[in-house]
Amino acid sequence: MDVILIQALNGLAASAALFLLAAGLSLIFGVTRVVNFAHGSFAMLGAYLAWWLTSTLAPGLGGFGFWVGILFAALAVGLIAAAVEILLLRRLYGAPELFQLLATFALVLVIADLALLWYGPEQRVGPRAPGLAGGVAVPGGVVPAYDIVLMGLGPAVLGLLQLLLQRTRFGMLIRAATENRALVAAFGIDQRRLFTAVFALGSGLAGLAGALMAPRATVHLGLDLSLIVEAFVVVVIGGLGSVPGAFLGALLIGQVHAFGIVLFPSITLVVVFLVMAAVLVVRPHGLLGAPEDGGPAPGAAGGLPAAPLVPPRAADIPFWLGGIALLAAAPLLLGGFEIEVLSEVAIDALIAASLQFLTGLGGIVSFGHACYVGLGAYAVALSVKQAGFGMLAALALAPLAGLAGGAIFGALCVRLSGVYRAMLTLACAQIVYAIAHQWTDVTGGDNGILGIWPDRWAGEPARYWWLVLAIVAPALWFLRRVAHAPFGLSLRALRDSPRRAEAIGLWLYGRQWAAFALAGGAAGLAGGLLAFLKGTVFPESLGIPVSVEALAMMLLGGVNSLNGPILGAAAFRGLRVFVAAETDLWRLVLGGVLIALCLAFPEGLAGAGARLTRRLRAERGR
Amino acid sequence: MSGAVPLLSAEGLAKAFGGVRAVDRVSFALAPGEMLALIGPNGAGKTTCFNLVSGQMRADAGTVRLGGVALDGLPARRIARLGLARTFQIAAVCASLTVAENIQIALMAHAGLAVSLVAQARRRLRAEADALLGRLGLAALAEMPCGALAYGDVKRVELAAALATAPRILLMDEPTAGMAPAERGALMAHIRTEAKAAGLGVLFTEHDMDAVFGHADRVLVMDRGRLIADGPPEAVRTDARVRAVYLGEDEPTQPGAA
Repeated sequence: MDVILIQALNGLAASAALFLLAAGLSLIFGVTRVVNFAHGSFAMLGAYLAWWLTSTLAPGLGGFGFWVGILFAALAVGLIAAAVEILLLRRLYGAPELFQLLATFALVLVIADLALLWYGPEQRVGPRAPGLAGGVAVPGGVVPAYDIVLMGLGPAVLGLLQLLLQRTRFGMLIRAATENRALVAAFGIDQRRLFTAVFALGSGLAGLAGALMAPRATVHLGLDLSLIVEAFVVVVIGGLGSVPGAFLGALLIGQVHAFGIVLFPSITLVVVFLVMAAVLVVRPHGLLGAPEDGGPAPGAAGGLPAAPLVPPRAADIPFWLGGIALLAAAPLLLGGFEIEVLSEVAIDALIAASLQFLTGLGGIVSFGHACYVGLGAYAVALSVKQAGFGMLAALALAPLAGLAGGAIFGALCVRLSGVYRAMLTLACAQIVYAIAHQWTDVTGGDNGILGIWPDRWAGEPARYWWLVLAIVAPALWFLRRVAHAPFGLSLRALRDSPRRAEAIGLWLYGRQWAAFALAGGAAGLAGGLLAFLKGTVFPESLGIPVSVEALAMMLLGGVNSLNGPILGAAAFRGLRVFVAAETDLWRLVLGGVLIALCLAFPEGLAGAGARLTRRLRAERGR
Repeated sequence: MSGAVPLLSAEGLAKAFGGVRAVDRVSFALAPGEMLALIGPNGAGKTTCFNLVSGQMRADAGTVRLGGVALDGLPARRIARLGLARTFQIAAVCASLTVAENIQIALMAHAGLAVSLVAQARRRLRAEADALLGRLGLAALAEMPCGALAYGDVKRVELAAALATAPRILLMDEPTAGMAPAERGALMAHIRTEAKAAGLGVLFTEHDMDAVFGHADRVLVMDRGRLIADGPPEAVRTDARVRAVYLGEDEPTQPGAA
């Protein structure tokens, strides 16, 4: 019994910071409709700033200095966020939603490296609150005084936010914009200022959350992604845009964490995402969320209708065959390292193409595509290491693993829509990540599975490259073929107008489910090839960065161009390898380049290329 | 009107939103080849009634039968497969597909040919699609993306997509809204011809009284969720309750050529 009380109180204290974090994200999403991946990074900044400010101020100002430091950290994060909104996000509100997402992920990369530059890689023990060293004895242990302050702070901030939302003009505008964006525009309100203010407020809350968390935990560079995932989970459970929902979600997740550690110590990570998946299956818009209002569905890849897919022309065949011949001849010119990069680009192209199949053709945004890549990679690693499979047999298993994953998770995901669905894909991927991470007996956990090498005949980089080319080229051709086949046409019809498609007798869920399975299969095949290329498989191959990289490659290439994934993979992987070879701060440079690309080419490289070609043709015609 | 077996029948349909009875115990029948208009002031429940019949919404009470088969609780796609096609108040077409592709996918869906992963869709059933587009005067637009069409053309593409599923029943929610006056008469006349030739039962709502009284065989009038009149255009036009509902609104002053 005593353990239950202590854990419940522990969970309650953890909920407070979680609530601030999630409420900030929820407010930002409600008003701007931006899924802000950088929210966790702002919280991490808050934690670092709090650590720095309190360690410089606290000695001079005593207990007062601690709280001033926390407050200033939150304010500083709010100001930084306002600058980011004005300089970057403001220019992207008109672009497709996925580009805003890519830009915020680029921010994650940039902030991560800036934090590394300023504070170094070591973990910091958070500042202790002066005067709150003691605790209150309860049956079973002592509750730290700081935890009790936090328990009071959560509801207090909820009350303040509700006052702000219900009683002030600013709050009224936030509520109006959350419920109906067009309405606010029609009232002639200066949306730019509203968006900046809300972004600063929400990020300031994240900064405050990070600052308040710091004394209870360590401050480290991995906080950004772990916090953003926590925030996503809480916001989705509570309902996007709902502050009270965020509070409920934070309470729930706080308790799930606290008791998960006691009851299911080996699968704590999985439990959180299972709870989220369960809530979404029962309540598709979260506990207190409302169905998303009109406007282009977040599932729609662009916002504007895509141009019709141009069918393959016989005249293009020599061009493609020539390209493949040229690629096959690459080992004559390039060294082993370059050839391995080339293999990786080809595999990435298949990953991006499989995601595009789902997102571009099917209109289904996936934040968890790494899941299927990783399933393929683990299928290969386990079948080779545990069952003694040969390379080709293992490679045959990889797409099946991805296909099975796509079929299972797709069945859950097709019933949701928009951002909720995207979040559920993320949760599904995190479940698999958590299993790979925590089921150490089978997967080796963090140590991964090592020594997965190709058969001897394909061992050299050049030979493995030929194998990759011989598998990836037909796979890409197959995906392209499906896009133009009746099934692909029906997917595009369902993406454009679910109503029309159902009215002519097509089954939305069934077809989207099949698309999930197919995309999962293609991604799984890519994952299998990747495992033999790298020789190792780690849980990180299932992580969020891999999913976002897939999105980045697809978006860079252009979500509606079938050539886009190839261009995007070449550009992204090439850039990353090149930058990583030149500097340790590759995330800073890559993030900067991604931001620049988002601002310059919101329709992707292939789209920009098509625009350029059109312009050149028009010039010539004159 | 005729003594034929009803193709479609609705009995006691009801749907409430909160406390508002949007559709309140509505019953009607539709015979093969019949043009049946459903009119009423804004908010009378016409579109809700449509959505109940075609499966977009589930009724609180009542039954819809298509050729004797009860449709209760069936999703829209199953009802579509039983031979009920519809168009929407705000035309629903696939904006990034060409006009021809919009029709081809409807033809394929009807024929069960929309499953293949390897066949190439571009030429599949193209001749049939072109024939249908020709009938509706859309042949010249076949290669245009639907997103680039004028709204009147979009409405006709939607109608063509609905007809592509070879329906026994066609529901049209304000088929001529957004069209030029000259286009309206031609469209309604065309639908009438198709209905009579194929024995297609047509149920449509309209605000344009010329379209209603010029082309309907029979008229249903709804007001605040209730059916208040059901009869030939001439009888409905002179009905005292109908005139009261429409007084000051779109009162039909011009006699049509029913």
